[in-house]
Amino acid sequence: MTTDTHMASAELGDTIIKIDELNKWYGQFHVLKDINLDVKRGERIVICGPSGSGKSTLIRCINRLETHQEGSIVVDGIELTEDTKHINDIRREVGMVFQHFNLFPHLTVLENCTLAPIWVRKSPKREAEDIAMRYLERVKIPEQANKYPGQLSGGQQQRVAIARSLCMNPRVMLFDEPTSALDPEMIAEVLDVMVGLAEDGMTMLCVTHEMGFARKVANRVIFMDGGQIVEQNQPEEFFNNPQNDRTQLFLSQILQH
Amino acid sequence: MTERTRIPLHRDPKVRAILVQVLAAVVVGYGFYSLFQTTVDNLVARGIQTGTSFFDEVAPFQIGFTPFFDYTLGQSKYIDVFFVGIQNTILVAVLGIIAATLLGFFIGVIRLSPNWLVSRGALVYIEVFRNVPLLLQIMFWNFAIFLPTLPAPKNSIAMGAFYLNARGFHTPLPVIENTTGVAIWIALLTVLGIGLLMFARRAKVLFEETGQRLPVLWISLAVLIIGGYIFYLVSGSPLSFDEPVLGRFNFKGGGQLPLPLFSLWFALTLYTSAFIAENVRAGIQSVSHGQTEAAYALGLSRKNTVNLVTIPQALRVIIPPTISQYLNLTKNSSLAVAVGYEELVAVWAGITLNQTGQALVIIGMTVAVYECLSLLTSFVLNWYNKRIQLTER
Ligand SMILES: Nc1ncnc2c1ncn2[C@@H]1O[C@H](COP(=O)(O)OP(=O)(O)O)[C@@H](O)[C@H]1O
Ligand SMILES: [Mg+2]
Repeated sequence: MTTDTHMASAELGDTIIKIDELNKWYGQFHVLKDINLDVKRGERIVICGPSGSGKSTLIRCINRLETHQEGSIVVDGIELTEDTKHINDIRREVGMVFQHFNLFPHLTVLENCTLAPIWVRKSPKREAEDIAMRYLERVKIPEQANKYPGQLSGGQQQRVAIARSLCMNPRVMLFDEPTSALDPEMIAEVLDVMVGLAEDGMTMLCVTHEMGFARKVANRVIFMDGGQIVEQNQPEEFFNNPQNDRTQLFLSQILQH
Repeated sequence: MTERTRIPLHRDPKVRAILVQVLAAVVVGYGFYSLFQTTVDNLVARGIQTGTSFFDEVAPFQIGFTPFFDYTLGQSKYIDVFFVGIQNTILVAVLGIIAATLLGFFIGVIRLSPNWLVSRGALVYIEVFRNVPLLLQIMFWNFAIFLPTLPAPKNSIAMGAFYLNARGFHTPLPVIENTTGVAIWIALLTVLGIGLLMFARRAKVLFEETGQRLPVLWISLAVLIIGGYIFYLVSGSPLSFDEPVLGRFNFKGGGQLPLPLFSLWFALTLYTSAFIAENVRAGIQSVSHGQTEAAYALGLSRKNTVNLVTIPQALRVIIPPTISQYLNLTKNSSLAVAVGYEELVAVWAGITLNQTGQALVIIGMTVAVYECLSLLTSFVLNWYNKRIQLTER
């Protein structure tokens, strides 16, 4: 990579996610307000903001775990509508990692990883297992392949969850606070894997408050508050010279300890 | 140290526990013994010697429904009545368990439907059939619905060679005409079955190696039906059919499912399915929302998500309480007395007991049968349960 601690951001491709004038309500509650966001292929975006600001809702709209009422979301040229075929087409190209891992407890680690390739991509089982083992090696737990999720530590489970998503060979990865349910000593092992992914050029949208990670890998940091994108900038600028009062307040709060 | 560990015996918890248990056992044992003795004395006073010699006496009554058993009035003995009763109890229990499971799963699943009307309908179904006493339900279906609405035998509803009337459901029965022919047919069917098993294994290997999925179930079914029929012709059509024929009062010949069996089965099915539906609902709801979200996020369809993620996890919650519903259904089948279905309690603990007065032996044997059935059911299902529980951890 570059000599700088920050990764190169030169070789970004075309737009892969295009969000226009997105509005969403939960009943009366206006949770996302006029969101505009373009994500380029290979871009790594970190989203931060206070709890309840709509970060999860935003990234869950991208793979239609939540529906929106106004505006448009286009992923890899496909617009998200009611059409279930489009939804499934998009979901197989977009991986998601959850705060609470959401591994399938009744399946082994390997089966967790091969389930979607076999049933969605219709891959031969052997091939799916070979690919799964490659990704399990990449997240450094091939030796756990035949265990059940309940037998693993939180950090290991989250790495399996990342491998499980990667097995579908996604073009975009969404992370929703992947380290906030982890004990401190396990955060690093998960972040390491994510940094590795970023180095390989994966397009990533990551909700996290790990500012070290943001500084190291992000091309852009987005600050959300009250359902709006309040400020966005390159990490250096964002952290050293925040423009908005709310951003300053937020940063001072999370950087205090 | 040793001084302090010496406790007076009457304050030592271990000694006291043993003492209390011995005392309880003696009291209960004596209670049972005196009950038993009093009963035996009373029976003797009425001229009944408790024993099993009545087993071999000829039973002086007819049993109408003995599908797997030859029972002839004037020849069959009391002990035959016992076995006929067991067989009829098992028959209605098995039929009820199968139907209640299917119906219960269906109701439980639609109970969670996003469609308000459908889920409300399921809720009403569950509440009604769970809360109305079962005996009342059995009598309702038999006396208020089926008996008055079904026609008399001479106006039977005919469906080919099948007839439905207020006496029950009449079917043709296969009769073996040619034993060697049947043997050849069965042999050919066995070969066909083995062939299909090998085909299924090949299909599995093919799927694992290439990802190509064959419709194994449909192919097997088609081959089995068509091949089975061709083989039947090849082996010289070795069966004939005894068709029910309308006699003076009712149909003769063929097989008959009497109306009481049908009413009992119907009521047991509805009643038990309501409980199973609740188990199914609870089981499905016990699977966290995060599980389905993770499956959707991977691109799995709704159907695959339900089949591969939700149901396997829900089953672990559904099965244990469903085991006890199966046991309940078996025990509840003894309410058949109300509609005259000839199961164990009706013919053995009822008629036979009245005629012989052998209360101790008869009740003891009846209890033992239910006990065995319960143990057997729990054993089989616990084994299955353990197998699917194991996959967790
Ligand atoms: N299913 C829902 N129904 C109603 N309100 C919701 C729902 N999910 C989230 N919210 C509300 O929407 C707001 C944004 O939630 P979320 O996107 O989870 O915030 P964040 O991830 O930034 O903490 C919160 O105020 C939350 O209470
Ligand atoms: Mg959140």
